[in-house]
Amino acid sequence: MSMAAEPNELRDDVLNGLQLSTQLERVWRTPSGLFGALMSVDHKVVGRRYIVTAFAFLLLGGVLAILMRVQLAGPEKTFLSADKYNQIFTMHGSTMMFLFAVPVMEAFAVYLVPLMVGTRNIAFPRLNAFSYWMFLFGGCFLWISFLFNVGPDVGWFAYVPLSNLQFTPTKRADVWAQMITFTEVAALAVSVEIVVTVFKLRAPGMTLDRIPLFVWAMLVTSFLVMFAMPSIMVASTSLILDRLVNTRFYDPSSGGHPLLWQHLFWFFGHPEVYIIFIPGTGMVSAILATFARRPVIGYPVIILSLIATGFLSFGLWVHHMFVTGLPQLGAGLFTASSMLIAVPSGLQIFCWLATLWDGRPVYRTPLLFVIGFIVIFVLGGLSGVMVASVPIDTQVHDTYFVVAHFHYVLIGGAVFPLLGAVYYWLPKITGRMLSERLGRWNFWLAFVGFNIAFFPMHILGLIGMPRRVYTYTAEMDWAHLNLLSSGGALLFALSFALLLVNVIYSLRKGELAGDNPWSASTLEWATTSPPPPQGFDRIPVVKHRDPLWADGESLPVVAGLSVERREVLLTSLAEAEPQIREASPEPSIWPLLTAVATTVFFIGSIFTPWAVLWGTPPMAVTLIGWFWPTGSKEDEE
Amino acid sequence: MGSHAKVMSVWVRTALVLSATWLLAGCSGRQSALDPQGLQSEQIRQTLFVFLVVATIIWIAVVFVLSMGMLRRKREAAQPLGLHEEFEERSGRVILMLGLATTVVVLGLSVVSYAGQRTVFAKSENALTLKIIGHQWWWEVHYEGDSPDKTFATANEIRIPTGQPVKVELESADVIHSFWVPSLTGKMDLITGQKNELQFTAKKAGVYRGQCAEFCGLQHAHMAFAVIALPPDEFGRWRDHENQSASSPPDQLGRQGEALFRARGCALCHNISGTPAGGQMGPDLTHIGSRTTIAAGTLPNTPATLGAWIADPQHIKPGNLMPQMPLQSGELIAILHYLEQLK
Repeated sequence: MSMAAEPNELRDDVLNGLQLSTQLERVWRTPSGLFGALMSVDHKVVGRRYIVTAFAFLLLGGVLAILMRVQLAGPEKTFLSADKYNQIFTMHGSTMMFLFAVPVMEAFAVYLVPLMVGTRNIAFPRLNAFSYWMFLFGGCFLWISFLFNVGPDVGWFAYVPLSNLQFTPTKRADVWAQMITFTEVAALAVSVEIVVTVFKLRAPGMTLDRIPLFVWAMLVTSFLVMFAMPSIMVASTSLILDRLVNTRFYDPSSGGHPLLWQHLFWFFGHPEVYIIFIPGTGMVSAILATFARRPVIGYPVIILSLIATGFLSFGLWVHHMFVTGLPQLGAGLFTASSMLIAVPSGLQIFCWLATLWDGRPVYRTPLLFVIGFIVIFVLGGLSGVMVASVPIDTQVHDTYFVVAHFHYVLIGGAVFPLLGAVYYWLPKITGRMLSERLGRWNFWLAFVGFNIAFFPMHILGLIGMPRRVYTYTAEMDWAHLNLLSSGGALLFALSFALLLVNVIYSLRKGELAGDNPWSASTLEWATTSPPPPQGFDRIPVVKHRDPLWADGESLPVVAGLSVERREVLLTSLAEAEPQIREASPEPSIWPLLTAVATTVFFIGSIFTPWAVLWGTPPMAVTLIGWFWPTGSKEDEE
Repeated sequence: MGSHAKVMSVWVRTALVLSATWLLAGCSGRQSALDPQGLQSEQIRQTLFVFLVVATIIWIAVVFVLSMGMLRRKREAAQPLGLHEEFEERSGRVILMLGLATTVVVLGLSVVSYAGQRTVFAKSENALTLKIIGHQWWWEVHYEGDSPDKTFATANEIRIPTGQPVKVELESADVIHSFWVPSLTGKMDLITGQKNELQFTAKKAGVYRGQCAEFCGLQHAHMAFAVIALPPDEFGRWRDHENQSASSPPDQLGRQGEALFRARGCALCHNISGTPAGGQMGPDLTHIGSRTTIAAGTLPNTPATLGAWIADPQHIKPGNLMPQMPLQSGELIAILHYLEQLK
């Protein structure tokens, strides 16, 4: 609108110092009390909750992993029944993929991206709150079902016909499929927020070639989510329809086909791996620059690699289906396309090696995890090249070789960078440092434990052990390597216990971090630790790719945003020129209520199709409440 | 593949011997991709080792460069943005070259892979044809002959002649399974509503264990089978014998067992050729006495294990479709005796 602002509205150019901070904090803070907490739309509050919840699910998934390793430590153990084991491995995979790996990366992005691009809140903050609640409710729904013995037992990719009504007459497969719907909604919401935040909320002067690499990585990831998730949404919804109202999407006797499921699932499932891995690479780039004490070499190469990885990741899903009887030439082409993704991944590795080569590395815990990442991930990538070969895959597909491979790429490629990220960014989030000594122990236990746990699985697969078997006979000669692997798994688990101890210790007695404990270069280190509700008192102006290294103490800022209401600055897409002042939503209880209504609808609809009828009006009501016009001032030039 | 491939295979063999003695001491190799006994599995192992060698070299190189980068003496520098433009330019060129090298390597490996794939999936005309139908959790096996009287069924145990290509046609009666005998060849799925096919040739006589490789429900872990490769003449004799109907029991106890097999409901699910027992739900038992294992490779076939199985199948393999039939101990002994002599 062309109307001028009310003349008496207070802007941040008339206040200074403490006065400004206090005023902004009053406007941006989350209301106090339990009710206030439930209303929060602050990306830092929601991000923190997201991170803690995702790590809670990591803990649960890890406990399941240990249970499996106990069962497999020796031949013909009866620690777990077949039924329990099948539920547990399904729950482990589903929890780790859908409730930990994807959400935890989004969680870090929700917390960090707005700070790294220098704005006050994420785009669509209420959607952000809604996303968190959906994630939380979906995760609880899955785990409560599991505790009531209705946990899914059809594997994390739930192949039909096994997951059809005929072969899984209980609600177990529905629980799995609907949990997917919850996490999809949550993930899609965050992706939209990240894309808009990166495109429209960057600090003035942060041109496309000044965006931090972690933010670039999250931007590419968000696009991957938006293109990949609809595929699994179609797949899981069709599965629920097949089970609930007898549609025949996957029934060969009525013209459906079981392979349709596999195509839809893996068209999502392969990009999914990169949805987890690409944020990891972003964390690596961020940590490496700080601790090698120089900018990462090959900034444009890394960005182009990320984008290339994103595109290529949609062209290789068929390598999960090499033994389903596809035409040979077609399968061979997917071998080549699968292996080609090694090129952008390789380029990134080369850039990081060059950075480390030329830098003056400071070997603190975050950097140790990055080095561990390179060692482990490269091995996992190379075993990935092996499984991409059709003839090799016919032997190793669905064996422990593949189990080893994907734990090398996912734990090596995502969890190690993530642990580095925890050591790196937790001081920003809590204001306190983690113990370096415990950190070193944590790293070495994780590194050694991980390799002892997972390396032997390569060999187990080659000597014939299929995955997802709840037991094996003594004559198979798999006992020793399995025992070794179980021992390694315990060590690996111990490293996480150490992390927990370190975090608790740090929260109570950790050294104060200060604004920029690592002398890092990106904007999140320009504000206090933990950051105030408004993020920054004044929006910084970016003149360099590494603003804190280039401008040091005197970071330039812009002024002119309101201090009486929540306002953010929109900038242009490419050049990040200031365009408009935009109102940012106030705290609201409606996202939570909408999430509750949606949850009731989703859970109800796996029991009766009528839930679609009685489940939608409450959602409509809550959405009307959410979007009810509040008569706030319109945005202005 | 020319002489280059031969040099490679010498390499490969050395690597194999070294790694095998170190890693796999004591491995029997009954179900192992590293101990191939068939034409196809040998080819796959060869491809695997080419990849393994390349991968090992690359991994060592990366870790070496990483270590050197960490160990080398660093110049003093004032601050992070004291850019070394010369280094950036040089490293830019190196990174680009390495990127190109990566492309060349992966394309080369794709060609190696495709060559191996062609060999593994090559089809021959004079193959012995078997039809295998996957069930939760056992394998139904049909031998197809030139004429209907040469066609017979068995379960969970496949005998094949050495040196002759064998074609298995794969189908599923329920969910997706995967047929995998690593010592002979790679796996192939059995998919509901689809017919898949796999060919392999055993080079040496022996017993090769196979196992379902696609998760197929509760007892996926107990869905194994045996492939017994026999010299061609021995296979011929076995086949002729297998083609015959069950012989009628020579003794009183056996005849009693045969009657009980029908009276107690066994015959509703199991077929025994040449007798009125014609059920199609469970494994064919015409020559059960000559098989080496029961319950899809779960237990060795001895009177004790077979008796235990009949007495309480749900205890040994919970969830399988065979119900526990109420039998007097005398009846159990008679049925067991009858089955044992169905050689």
